[in-house]
Amino acid sequence: MDIHSFFKYYIKIRKGEQEQNMENALIAPAQYVFLFIPTIIFSLLIPIIGVAIFAYIMALRMAPLAKAAPDKRFDQIPQRIFNVLKIWLAQYRQPRYRTAGIVHIVIFFGFLILSIRSCSLVIIGLAPDFVMPGFDGVIGHIYNVLKDYAATGVLIACCIAAWRRVVVKPARYAVPAKYGKDHTAEALFVLGLISTLMISESLFEATEVAANAKAGLHVEFLAPLSLVWFFRLMLMAASEGVLQGLHIIAYYIHDLTFFFFLCFLPLGKHFHVITSLFNVFFMRVRRGNIKPVRYGIDEDALDQLESFGVKKIEDFTWKHLLDFYSCADCGRCSDNCPANAVGRPLSPRFISIKGRDTLFKNYPIYPYGAAFKKSEPLIGSVYEEDEIWSCTTCGACEQECPIGIEYIDKIVDLRRGMVDEGLVPQSLQKPLKAIEKRGNPWGKMEKKRAEWTSGLPEGVTVKDITKEPADMLYFVDSITSYDDRMQSIGQATAMILAKGGADFGILGKDEKDAGNEIRRFGEEMLFQNVKQMNTEAILESGATRIVTADPHAYNVLKNDYTGLPPVTHISQFIAQSVKSGALRLKSAQDNKVYTYHDPCYLGRHNDVYDDPRAALDAISGLKRVEMERCGDRSFCCGGGGLMLFYEPEEEQRMGVLRVEMAAKAGANVIVTACPFCLVNMEDAIKVAGLEGQMEAIDLSELVAQHLA
Amino acid sequence: MDILVCVKRVPDTAENEIEVNKSGSDIERDDLVYSVNEWDNYAVEEAIQIRDNVGGTVTVVTIGDDESEEVLRREMAMGADSGILVSDKAFEGSDGKGIATLLKAVVEKGKYDLILTGAQADDGAGQVGGMLAAMLDYPYASLVNKVEVKGDALTVGREIEGGNQEMNEISLPCVLSIQTGINEPRYVGIRGIRKVASVEIPTYGPGDLGVDASLVGTAGEKVKRLDYFVPVLGEGAEMLEGSTEDIIAKLIEYLKAKGGLK
Repeated sequence: MDIHSFFKYYIKIRKGEQEQNMENALIAPAQYVFLFIPTIIFSLLIPIIGVAIFAYIMALRMAPLAKAAPDKRFDQIPQRIFNVLKIWLAQYRQPRYRTAGIVHIVIFFGFLILSIRSCSLVIIGLAPDFVMPGFDGVIGHIYNVLKDYAATGVLIACCIAAWRRVVVKPARYAVPAKYGKDHTAEALFVLGLISTLMISESLFEATEVAANAKAGLHVEFLAPLSLVWFFRLMLMAASEGVLQGLHIIAYYIHDLTFFFFLCFLPLGKHFHVITSLFNVFFMRVRRGNIKPVRYGIDEDALDQLESFGVKKIEDFTWKHLLDFYSCADCGRCSDNCPANAVGRPLSPRFISIKGRDTLFKNYPIYPYGAAFKKSEPLIGSVYEEDEIWSCTTCGACEQECPIGIEYIDKIVDLRRGMVDEGLVPQSLQKPLKAIEKRGNPWGKMEKKRAEWTSGLPEGVTVKDITKEPADMLYFVDSITSYDDRMQSIGQATAMILAKGGADFGILGKDEKDAGNEIRRFGEEMLFQNVKQMNTEAILESGATRIVTADPHAYNVLKNDYTGLPPVTHISQFIAQSVKSGALRLKSAQDNKVYTYHDPCYLGRHNDVYDDPRAALDAISGLKRVEMERCGDRSFCCGGGGLMLFYEPEEEQRMGVLRVEMAAKAGANVIVTACPFCLVNMEDAIKVAGLEGQMEAIDLSELVAQHLA
Repeated sequence: MDILVCVKRVPDTAENEIEVNKSGSDIERDDLVYSVNEWDNYAVEEAIQIRDNVGGTVTVVTIGDDESEEVLRREMAMGADSGILVSDKAFEGSDGKGIATLLKAVVEKGKYDLILTGAQADDGAGQVGGMLAAMLDYPYASLVNKVEVKGDALTVGREIEGGNQEMNEISLPCVLSIQTGINEPRYVGIRGIRKVASVEIPTYGPGDLGVDASLVGTAGEKVKRLDYFVPVLGEGAEMLEGSTEDIIAKLIEYLKAKGGLK
């Protein structure tokens, strides 16, 4: 920019003079005539045809959502808006994968910034002097600098993304043979489209600026070192004819690419560009709970339902179908899925991809007017039984998904459908029947449910709350009541409660399995049965609070039951009691290195991360290290409840991987806070051949050992 | 094909701690839970699969008291079309032959192409299927682990000791006793049972069946139970003790010594 033109430019800003009064050296696309054809015709036709095709595709994409099961997603609006701001706009979950996350953030904000420019460009094709309302003053100039850098940033990000796709090839992008062809081509094609948009936009502007500069006319300020700035530099030597030609060509390439891209989005994984905003808005707000069988049907009216769960694609709720559309195929869910890690036939990513493929196939957009296909049963065609039973409902996938896609409710709905059809593996039928008959999956006698109390040390008594009132109910649950090894957790819990001064009792034979996994394995009516029996027994006991050492019981009582007194986990009781001084702990007497394994149903599903650690740290002198996967990225031990009975196809055990992670962290004691984690860890230590080098202990046991 | 499946309500061995009562005449039944005899579940599943393939009906029958109705409902929830409860004071205490006599009357009252029983019952002697076939003068195949319908006949597979498999053609009508593992019985949940809760199940007594009461129940009992006890731990039984490694080492040593391992 020479001093003269800068001066002119400055004066114009000062006068608030608008750009439409400015002269341009090049003929705008709206006024250009090519071989006697005014190009404005294309400026008009491309958007009209583009928008028409887009509207047609979108209408068909929405059709299955209209036929889908109801969902309840218009509640808790402030929280939903907060989620949109945090997870969608601020891209909160993206940097959990550093490089990919940053690349995505650049492209995301680039798109947001450039959407204004792209829209105004479309109109400029019709009205050359058009300026977006509000963008005619200083804001416009600031915006122009911003969008120049945005386009440059997006182009660079596209190059990095393409390099990652072609050269780095992160494992999570790979498509296993059984799930079809590689997705790299589509990814690269879209990166090409985006790059084309960036280049053509910049070229369109650079040609004009270069021509104006050469003609000594007003020159728009270009952000230094931006793409358009480089282009202008390169084009200063070009003749006016070349510039004019490039100007028009760049414009129509941009226009065509823009509308092509718009129509291409709903055809594949880039649908998320449109749907993610809505998907995040409608994402799960409450956690830990399972959706009702059907929204709008009360629990006591369930018998009236013709069918349970998801059997065909339209049985999913509309939000769950929107999830399928929204999946960006980034593979973060499967990268964190323990079932996938041990070679079970489950990859959450392909639950979504296969769901989307089914929707696309059953609701074809081509040829025009093609009939919707009749939906086939999903199990056996799209999903396999073992695939759906493989999930431990640990929630790692949902924790990771950058756009709030849900898996647990879908898996549970599919299981409900299988249970309704009788498709339950033999290994699960026995424990389910035992629960129905005896209230616990081992089929042990009800009257023996409180036998673990006979092993308590002298001075510790546990009340039978059905006979003697108590302030606090200790909900023991099945495994701690009946498993020889886990009874020690019950005894430790009772010792801690007694020492902490709690007035507590147990339900004894009146307690049934809490049913966390009964519900999550799709046996809803059996769950309703135990829920009803437990609820009645708990309310009748008169207890004003509930404590449990089993995170599965904790979760289900807290999140799936209703109308109960508040529920706490023993780790919370310990942390609070230590803080208040009610509990005092001795210091550690060994040189072992401890690591805390976050149970899924305590951590991810209920955000209890700090209390168990505080409880450990209350034992002074205890050396504690963190595993690489900890907190909300904890790695499932193999699953609890009915998952103990399921015989999965797998290459190795989740617990073995977890024990190896603990060893890698330099620990020789794994502290868990869940009886199921302890079962799996102890088994895994044996399987991994680490006996003698690694041990597992429950938090309650460890604390009980250190009671002062 | 119209199929009759004979099922029995038994104390569930997996979910009970079975103890003999003080007089030694029977087991302690106060705290027991009952379910369908495991083999019968496979028989019903097989019948449902045959019906779904070639058409027809599946009827389940049981002999017992009012509480036995629950097993009929469970099998109907699996997919059986109808149930028959054979129940009367006079039938109580029937031995195997008495049961077969009653079932024969049920078969003759209806019209069935195929009769299935479980190979045995948890608390039974594996005798009723064979007797029933003989009384009806029907062909019989026992321990069946494969059934294919071939026109008017069936091809049935039988498990032979030593892991061998035998295939036979058998003409209809016939009686088959079904071995576990022939299929994967489908799951029946509470919801399934509730769906069939209001279906009418007829109860047949002596009059309905035209059975001479002196041939069944305790009156017709030709096999009498004399005693019931848990055998004393005999000589030669040894509990291995110690850590898992020790137990494994000892076991291998014994197996080698006795020629079980070479």
